[in-house]
Order: sequence, then structure tokens, then C-alpha cells
Amino acid sequence: MASAYAVPEVSLRFVSVWRRNFLVWRKLALASVLGNIADPLFYMLALGFGIGALVGEVQGMPYVAFLGTGMVCQSAMFTASFEAMYSAFSRMHVQRTWDAIINAPVSLDDVVLAEWVWSASKAVLSTLAILLVLLAIGYGRTWLVLWILPLGFLVGLCFGAFGLIMTGLAPSYDFFTYFFTLVMTPMLLLSGVYFPVDQLPAALAAVAQALPLSHAIALARPLMRGEVPAAIAQHLLVIVAFASVAYYVALVLVRRRLLR
Amino acid sequence: MTPADPGGAVLRVAGLRKRYGGTEVVRGLSFEIRRGECFGLLGPNGAGKTTTLRCCLGLIDPDDGEIEMVGLPVPRAAREARIRVGVVPQMDNLDPDFTVTENLEVYGRYFAIDRATLSGRIPRLLEFAGLASKAKAPIRSLSGGMKRRLTLARALINDPDFLILDEPTTGLDPQARHLIWDGLRQLLSQGKTILLTTHFMDEAERLATRLAVIDHGVMIASAPPRELIARHVEPEVVEVYGDEAKVWADAHGRRIARRLELAGETAFCYADDAKPLLADLATRAGVRYLHRPANLEDLFIKLTGRELRD
Repeated sequence: MASAYAVPEVSLRFVSVWRRNFLVWRKLALASVLGNIADPLFYMLALGFGIGALVGEVQGMPYVAFLGTGMVCQSAMFTASFEAMYSAFSRMHVQRTWDAIINAPVSLDDVVLAEWVWSASKAVLSTLAILLVLLAIGYGRTWLVLWILPLGFLVGLCFGAFGLIMTGLAPSYDFFTYFFTLVMTPMLLLSGVYFPVDQLPAALAAVAQALPLSHAIALARPLMRGEVPAAIAQHLLVIVAFASVAYYVALVLVRRRLLR
Repeated sequence: MTPADPGGAVLRVAGLRKRYGGTEVVRGLSFEIRRGECFGLLGPNGAGKTTTLRCCLGLIDPDDGEIEMVGLPVPRAAREARIRVGVVPQMDNLDPDFTVTENLEVYGRYFAIDRATLSGRIPRLLEFAGLASKAKAPIRSLSGGMKRRLTLARALINDPDFLILDEPTTGLDPQARHLIWDGLRQLLSQGKTILLTTHFMDEAERLATRLAVIDHGVMIASAPPRELIARHVEPEVVEVYGDEAKVWADAHGRRIARRLELAGETAFCYADDAKPLLADLATRAGVRYLHRPANLEDLFIKLTGRELRD
């Protein structure tokens, strides 16, 4: 390892580490999926039908579908962040699994890449689960809705990388609370999960424009309605930029932490 | 694969230096491990052993010096070199999410070993580690000794030429340690090369064909164990115990022994011939003592001192 700031030195061996996480997940798959979707599902159904009865249609779709689409993106965010924080931190710091892996011909860069892609893979799973519920109750029956799965992967990459930054810095599990208070909660409330961003005062709406989750939601809602979204490139660019910069920062932090 | 020169060096370290902040923890370390050797690396805590091992594996970059492992330059070709090296780390890091067999399978995949090779190799490794009956057991159900044996088996999953063992028996009971030692002897007889760090002098004395003692990042001695002891320590030792030891040592011991060290309530008397010491002690009623040949611990203490390193 030349320097903590070097370009990522990755190989296809990262797949073996991704597979390790997949095999563990498979053992507890049902519980894991239920855990991922139970919360957003309750919110979606309770608020969707409860508030939906009061507000009717929002942005040309029933409120349940409007909120449900937001929940799809939110759950991708939550799932990836959780995986990259609590689970990755356990593997890195508590179980020392990463230490064992880097004694094999797998580099730390491979391990971080694997964790990153894995967190996004789990985000796709929870995206899929909530989409299936929406389909079951009669919304989003269009082929375009399939694009939400790769979008969920991107959202997963973005927040998985944020989570890995926290993991690189965390002295203990308690540290992750900061992320929830300082990043997740504002992201949730300002990105248009519950109501359209343009309801916000101008200053807050400007903040919302800087948040990756609002760009994901701006892409997901038209797809849900069966429309091709406007300004696809700009939205994607914001998410990809956040994801790549955060990944690089996470990699540097983890290298500095472990390769000493 | 075999290295270009069988019988040559499996690990060659020359002029290794590593600095952390203001302190240089490895200061110009050089040594060679030849094929088939069991090389013991001894030193107090903080002597630079683990840093040296991490440099050899290419996990950290040295500030200066050269390393060649299994014929490949490290860190440049560290990944390729690690394909032919097995590592038993100081801390147990078996994968708690998997069973015994799964641990070996998953670890084998990090080496890109194909399924057929793995399924042939794993039963033999479990047999070797005495874990055949535990194949499907979860990791948390294993005893400390079983975990270490599984870690050793895991380090063999790639059929390595070279094994690096960082304190492989720390925390184990005597039975468990003997089992590990038997395993290591078996591996040596198969022609594997071993680098071993340990705090247990009896372990080093039993297993190592050659030893290096390092302290403060420099090598202070290197030779086969018996030779090292003969070179640095008087051959006979008499340990005198109890309240009277200090009084006796000051009044008589220091005069008779060639060298005498007090540690707590024990006087260590070193001599080429212990007869005069024993004759004197026989006349002192109530003094307890033990006569024994010099061992590696005497050497270690002589070279690195008696004060604690934490």
C-alpha cells in the first residue's frame, strides 16, 4: 500500500468478499428482509391511507403511491447506511474479519469495495421488497418501474459510502447516532419523501436541491407514474458525484485506520 | 510452485526500517529464513515483531529496506506473494457467522481456490486439526484450543510454502499447546517453512531451528537455540528462594556465583560449575533452592532485561 491517498487498487477478488456477506445474509434472509421493510411498510400504509384520505392526489398520483415511492428511496438509504455502519463495523472492528481477509491475496481496497457494493446490493433488495408491495396494492404497474431497482443500487452506493466513512471514523457503535441526527433525519424531512420539495420555503428548498436523496426521489416518482423523468443526467450526476467522493473518503479513512 | 532456488531463502529481510511519528520501531532489521526452517522471532512487547510481520505481508510499507518473500519483492508483489503464504494471527479472527467447514470454504475462496480442490482439502485439514467431528459446529461452540487449531487449518487452506505464526499458543492450556506443537512439527516434517513469534521460551526452544531475539527494533542475537544459550549464558543456574535469599546472596552468593541477579525474593545464580554454590547452600538450613541447566528464558532476560514492557 503506497499511500493512504493512492488510487483504489482493486481486483475481481472483491467478489469473494461480497459473496461472504451474501452467504451470511442468506442464512437469515427472511428475518433480514422483514426487518428492512417492516418499518417503511407500516409508515407507507398508515400514513399513506391516513393522510392520503385528507390530501387526495399529490403530483398526479394517489398519496399512498407518492409516499410509497419516497419510501422506496428512503429504505434504500436506510438499508445501505445500516449495513455499511453497524454490520461493516462489526466485521472490521469487533470480529476482525477484515484483518483475516487481508492476510489472503485480497487487498483492503478489495474489502472496502466489496462492503460498498454489498451495502448497495442490500439496498436493491429492500427497494424490490417495497416495490412489490406497491405493485400488490395496485400501483406502479409499468415496465418503467424496473428502473427504480438500479436507482436503488445507486442510492445504496451513495449512502453505503457515507456509512463506510462513519465506520472508518467510529470508535464504537454509539458514534453512528451522529449520522442519524445530522444526516439521515434532515435528509428524510427535506428530500420530499413525505411531501413535495416545492412546498418548502425557498431557502430550505435550495438545501433540498443539494441532497442526493431528493434527486433519487425526483427520478423515482415519474418512473412510478410510467413517465420518463426530466433532467435524468443532472439527477444522476449529483448522486454519482456524492457516491464517488464519499467512497474515496471512506477508503482513505479505512486505510489510515487499518494499514498502520 | 517451488521458489527459483530450493534450499534458498523463503524470506529475506534487509535493512528494514519503520517509523511511527517520532519513534522508529524497527531500526535496520536484517534476517533470512531458509527453506524448511522454523525461525523463532523473540522479543518483549513493543520490540517490533508484529510491525516486522506486517511489513513482510505487505500490509504496511517500510520506510526503508528490502523484503523478498517466497521469491517475490514485497510490498510490490505482496498480493502474489500472499498466495503462497499462510498466516495465523495473534488474535482469533475466525468468522463467527459460519460453521467450521464454512470458515475454511469461505477463506479458500479468498485465494480463488476452486470447489473441487477445496472439497478434497477441507476434510484432510479438519483431520489434521482434530476437528473432523466438529465439521458442522458453529464457531462459538469451540474451545480456545479448537479455535486456534481451526485458525491453523485455515492458514493451510492454500497449501502454503511459508507459514507466519504470530503467538500461536497464547492463552491456551498445556494440552492445547502440545497439540498445536505436534501439528507444527508435522508441517515442518512435510517441508514447510515457518516463522514463529512467541513469548513462550519453551515453545521457541522446542520448535525453532533458529532464533532471533529483537529488542527496540534491532536484532540482538541470532543462532540455533542451544548455541545462543551457550554463547550468552553460563551453563548452570541455581535459583534460591525465600526471605533469606537476598541476605544469602549479599553475604555469600555474589562471591561464589559468576553472575547473580535478584528478582523479588529469588536470587538467580549463574555459574560454569554449580558445585561450589550447591556445597555452600547445603550448609544453610531453611534455604530453598533449585539447580537446573541454563535455558532460553535466562538468555532472553539477559539480553532484554528484567523490567516490564507494556
